[in-house]
Amino acid sequence: MKIAVCIKQVPASESKIRPSADGKGIDPAGLSYVVNPYDEFGVEEALKIKEQLGEGTVTAISIGTAKVSEALRTCLAVGVDQAIHIQDPATEGSDGLTIARILTAALQKESYDLIFFGRQAIDDDSGAIGIYVAEFMGLPHVAGINKLKILAEDYRAVANRQIEGATEVIETALPAVFTCQKELNEPRYASLPGIMKAKQKPLTVWTLSDLGIAPDTVGSGHAKVTEDQLSSPPTRSAGKIIEGNASEAVSELVRLLREEAKVF
Amino acid sequence: MANILVFAEQREGKVKRVALQALGTARSLASEGDHVVAVLIGENISSQTELLSSGGADKIYMTEDTQLSAYSSEAYGTVVSEIAKKEAASLILMGATAMGKDLGPKIAARLEGPFAGDCIKLALNDEGMFIATRPVYGGKALSSVSSHQHTFQVVTLRPNVFPVISEPASTQALIEPWTEKPDFSGLKAIMKEVLSTAGSKVELSEATIIVSGGRGLKSPEHFSIIEALAEALGAAVGASRAAVDAGWKPHSYQVGLTGKTVTPTLYIACGISGAIQHLAGMSSSKYIVAINKDPNAPIFKIANYGIVGDLFEIVPLLTEAVKKIKNEA
Ligand SMILES: Cc1cc2nc3c(=O)[nH]c(=O)nc-3n(C[C@H](O)[C@H](O)[C@H](O)COP(=O)(O)OP(=O)(O)OC[C@H]3O[C@@H](n4cnc5c(N)ncnc54)[C@H](O)[C@@H]3O)c2cc1C
Ligand SMILES: Nc1ncnc2c1ncn2[C@@H]1O[C@H](COP(=O)(O)O)[C@@H](O)[C@H]1O
Repeated sequence: MKIAVCIKQVPASESKIRPSADGKGIDPAGLSYVVNPYDEFGVEEALKIKEQLGEGTVTAISIGTAKVSEALRTCLAVGVDQAIHIQDPATEGSDGLTIARILTAALQKESYDLIFFGRQAIDDDSGAIGIYVAEFMGLPHVAGINKLKILAEDYRAVANRQIEGATEVIETALPAVFTCQKELNEPRYASLPGIMKAKQKPLTVWTLSDLGIAPDTVGSGHAKVTEDQLSSPPTRSAGKIIEGNASEAVSELVRLLREEAKVF
Repeated sequence: MANILVFAEQREGKVKRVALQALGTARSLASEGDHVVAVLIGENISSQTELLSSGGADKIYMTEDTQLSAYSSEAYGTVVSEIAKKEAASLILMGATAMGKDLGPKIAARLEGPFAGDCIKLALNDEGMFIATRPVYGGKALSSVSSHQHTFQVVTLRPNVFPVISEPASTQALIEPWTEKPDFSGLKAIMKEVLSTAGSKVELSEATIIVSGGRGLKSPEHFSIIEALAEALGAAVGASRAAVDAGWKPHSYQVGLTGKTVTPTLYIACGISGAIQHLAGMSSSKYIVAINKDPNAPIFKIANYGIVGDLFEIVPLLTEAVKKIKNEA
């Protein structure tokens, strides 16, 4: 099976996020970048399926600046066979729909059987791109999967996804798109030999012209959604530490919850 | 004149509260002459039109079919997109639930229009342009977005943030059956079953009170302390990732960056340190209570009320106190 995993490089989840002075983005100083955690579940699932079937190739794909090659190398180091880096200055400022269009063009160059995305990228927290791509490619999708079974002989798959208070079990024809949720698997770490081997693996760089996309149809000028302002959320200030022994503190807490917060 | 469409999510024949919040929002954004149009899809749902009518809908499209009893991205996406086209909807609102998070982007892609997910604010500026505010970077920043088309195709609303309308409408909504069924035979993804997860009785992402436990509980059996307090309060039970990764609770309990985002009125964190990734899921709770034996635990920096102490002593006392009050009431 040919498996693709779309990955995004994002600031690590423990990063301090400061909006830049003009409110047009974040201050990049001191940030360290990682593969989006949800995309790691996609990488792991792809590797597991390849191992179980005993055949196949896993390709990681990412759109971004030169720095993004680090994230793709990380994927190669954990076992991905090849990586595609779509790097073109014209893509700067593209919105989700445009990123999805570009990914669609890249994915259509091959006939992938399975395409994985993260449930959401932990920077824009949008959770849309995998679903956009499925729609653009005319493929079925299951979003937020926490379990997947490939029925290779039938060329179908069964995926579970969590909803409020229940789990949906969905069977789909392949090819299909899946967006990955935590609990799907435990992503592996790169081993030292893995890191060494990754240096020899193919990391192909494509520009928009390789995808037949005109540069003047992407980027901020073509964004349907634009970010006007990035700001810090209202700060929650530390409240009251309730003093006293355990039973005094509990009585006081109950009083505050009833009288101030009025929660019960 | 512009029409605002609201996807009235229902499960098991009951419209979700967030759908009424979306209706209320649509009503408040609609100007004179605009229509608020609800879309109700499923099976055995006709009893719900009353609620949508008093919740602010002028018109309700209803489509009932056994094959629509289970959610399907493809089938639901087609119905809502077609109705949106027919009504020339300027905006489609729905809850940022498991269903809305799936359906919203589907429709936005189908109609190739701007999408804003999980919004906590939606307003019209002086130029009649919609501005949506959404938390990004796990709630560490707020992004306000707009579209050069002045409106969005689809906006999903974070549950429990937007109010329902305060004065129920007195006029009856017009109910229009939608008979154009999607091509069910062409569906590639089919719902096989819906397994109800054995969990707390109150669903986390919809709860108004949540009691969460973390690594401080030391072992899975001790979750009974958390469950007893939750029971007394009529609350849902949550967990930190440390508790989930230790196997004490399934992932459906996890609150945080790689778990659920919750916005209850009251969140009680017991034996949870307050790591940034945990805060990502709960820092927009209205009131936060922290019970932790470490006075320097970061959770105290964002808690409205904190008790520095042993949760094994404090939580049972709190449970007793709550029970006493409830019995008196
Ligand atoms: C990519 C990524 C995603 C993540 N996603 C999430 C997420 O979604 N949700 C999440 O929660 N975490 C997440 N984490 C993990 C997060 O960083 C923390 O490790 C985790 O939240 C810690 O859980 P905890 O507070 O239960 O445990 P700890 O940090 O170990 O805290 C336990 C607390 O219990 C207190 N305690 C101990 N005994 C007692 C007692 N007897 N009485 C009172 N207090 C006591 C201690 O003082 C301590 O503060 C993520 C991490 C990463 C890297
Ligand atoms: N620039 C990108 N390159 C490749 N994949 C991406 C990119 N941006 C987002 N994705 C994928 O789309 C998923 C959802 O992203 P989002 O809709 O932005 O939350 C991510 O988890 C990735 O799998």
